[in-house]
Amino acid sequence: MRPLLRFERVSLRRGGRLLFEDLDLALGPGDALQVGGPNGSGKSSLIRLAAGLLAAERGRVERSRLALADDHVAFDRELTLKRALRFWGGSPEPAMDALGIAILAEVPVRLLSSGQIKRATLARVAASAAPLWLLDEPLNALDGDGADRVAALIERHRASGGAILAASHQPLSGDWRRLELVA
Amino acid sequence: MIAALILRDVRRGLTGPAWLPIAFFLLVATLVPFAIGPDARLLARIGSGALWIAALTAALLPIERLVEPDRADGVLDQLALHDLAEESVAFAKIAAHWLTFAPLLLVAAIPASALLAMDGAALARAEIALAIGTPALAALAVAVAAVTAGLPRAGSLAGLLLLPLAVPLLIFAVANALLLEAAVSLLLTAGAPFVAGAAIRAART
Repeated sequence: MRPLLRFERVSLRRGGRLLFEDLDLALGPGDALQVGGPNGSGKSSLIRLAAGLLAAERGRVERSRLALADDHVAFDRELTLKRALRFWGGSPEPAMDALGIAILAEVPVRLLSSGQIKRATLARVAASAAPLWLLDEPLNALDGDGADRVAALIERHRASGGAILAASHQPLSGDWRRLELVA
Repeated sequence: MIAALILRDVRRGLTGPAWLPIAFFLLVATLVPFAIGPDARLLARIGSGALWIAALTAALLPIERLVEPDRADGVLDQLALHDLAEESVAFAKIAAHWLTFAPLLLVAAIPASALLAMDGAALARAEIALAIGTPALAALAVAVAAVTAGLPRAGSLAGLLLLPLAVPLLIFAVANALLLEAAVSLLLTAGAPFVAGAAIRAART
């Protein structure tokens, strides 16, 4: 079966420093991989490389349709949360329900807290219908309830044949394969 | 998605400070009679040149808000993930910027021409030249905004980049060589999305 994300002997250099070399990985339907490692070890760069936003120095990356949630907000701050989410396509209502932000639908994005913004960026991923999710530090700024909701969302996505690549230095609940980067 | 992006940028331009470059344009046009005195014949002779200098300086004002906010906020990244080429994003931004900039400028040129003692025929010629030139001004503004996005002191650098590139436009417009002006305008407008697209890709970290 064709994997949703595959790295073939991929090397990445950032700012003159080799972050990793000859990395192979493959994510199929239902797979979840957590990338760990200390600050500056290249977790976020690996995510951006998987997204196609960075170019590998060597090697091949194959990817299916994907959605990315990182620490960039990428919403119009003057719009209400629902309209801001709708700009990115799909129907955001079920995703907003799943992340517990449906009640904020008519609130302008600029008034949201950082935890609520984080939930909104994850809702954009959930609403995207992309089979591959790339999550950079998905638990940052989330409270206990938020973390539980994200875990449930991830389980549902995997059960429906999706794959997830997450970078996090916090343990994620559920059954994850692990990849440790070294500084 | 391109239409949605154009609509979004037009909305952001109109709810934001779209009137600011226009106020600046009128202010520069007002300064000219103060600077050279109320001689109507002299004013009328330099009128279209003064209008163009006012338009070029006004075109510099919005540059910093055209690309950099979307780059810093990750909007450009998300657009790339939605399978929108950087060139298409740049095209949408040029179209949206032109829509918020050019019509207001053409209207503001009417009171400005009165300040410069230009008669109706001179105003008509200036309006046609401005209408031909504004797509190139919008395209240059977006291209320069993309090239300077994320750099320190991008604003002053943008002026140094944009004004020399606009010189051919200025020369042909003021000489009333409208076909040559249209050719330059077409070249700049057609080339800018590719320059801006490459710059957006190169600025990604």
